Amino acid sequence: MTDVDIAALLDGAALVLILLGALLCVTAAIGLVRFRDVPSRLHAATKPQVLGVILICGAIALSLRSWAVVAFLVPIVLIQLAASPLAAQMVGRQAYRNRTMNRDDLAVDELADAEIETSRPETGADPG
Amino acid sequence: MTVTTILLIAIYAAFTVAALITLWRIVVGPSILDRAVASDVLLTEVICVLGADMAIGHHTRTLPVLLIIAAVGIFGSIAIARFVARKDVTK
Repeated sequence: MTDVDIAALLDGAALVLILLGALLCVTAAIGLVRFRDVPSRLHAATKPQVLGVILICGAIALSLRSWAVVAFLVPIVLIQLAASPLAAQMVGRQAYRNRTMNRDDLAVDELADAEIETSRPETGADPG
Repeated sequence: MTVTTILLIAIYAAFTVAALITLWRIVVGPSILDRAVASDVLLTEVICVLGADMAIGHHTRTLPVLLIIAAVGIFGSIAIARFVARKDVTK
C-alpha cells in the first residue's frame, strides 16, 4: 500500500467522521423541535456538544495528520466536556425553578426539599 | 460522481438542515431557556462547521477560533440562566 493510498483512505475516514458529526447535529435539531420542555430539549442538545465535537476533532486529526494539531484539539474537547454539563445543569435548574416544566412528569423530584427551603427566590442568596 | 462528492453533499445538507431547524427553535421559543438551549446547539454547530471546513480544506487557520468558541461559548447560557431567566416565571 503506497503513501497516496493511505492518505486517500485517511481523508475518506475523516469525511465519514464529519458526516457522523453533522448527523448528530441534525438529531439535536430534531430533538429541539420535537421535545416538549426544557429538560428533554437539553437531553437532545448535549449530544452534538460532546460526541459531535469529539467526532469532528477526530476528523481534523485524521485529515491534517500532525501532532501539533492534536495538541490543539485535546484542550478543545476537554473544555467542551467540562463546559457543556455545567451550562446544562444551570439551565435545567432554572427551568425547574421557573416552573416551565411539568413536575408531575418527574420520576424522582430531588429538588422538592430544596425548593421549600428557598421558596422566596428574590430574597437573599440562593444555592446554585 | 465520486464517493467523495456524495459525502461532501451529504455533509453540507446535514449541516444546513440542522442549522435551519435550530434557528427555527430560537425564533419560536417559547421561553428564554428554550432559546438559550437552541443557541448553545447553534454555537456547537458553528464549531462543527469550522472544524469540518478545516478537515475538508486541509488548513489550520480556524483552529484558534475553535478553542476560543469552546472556552467562551458557555458564558452565554450561564448568563441567561442566572440573570435573565429568573424574571421569566410563567406561573
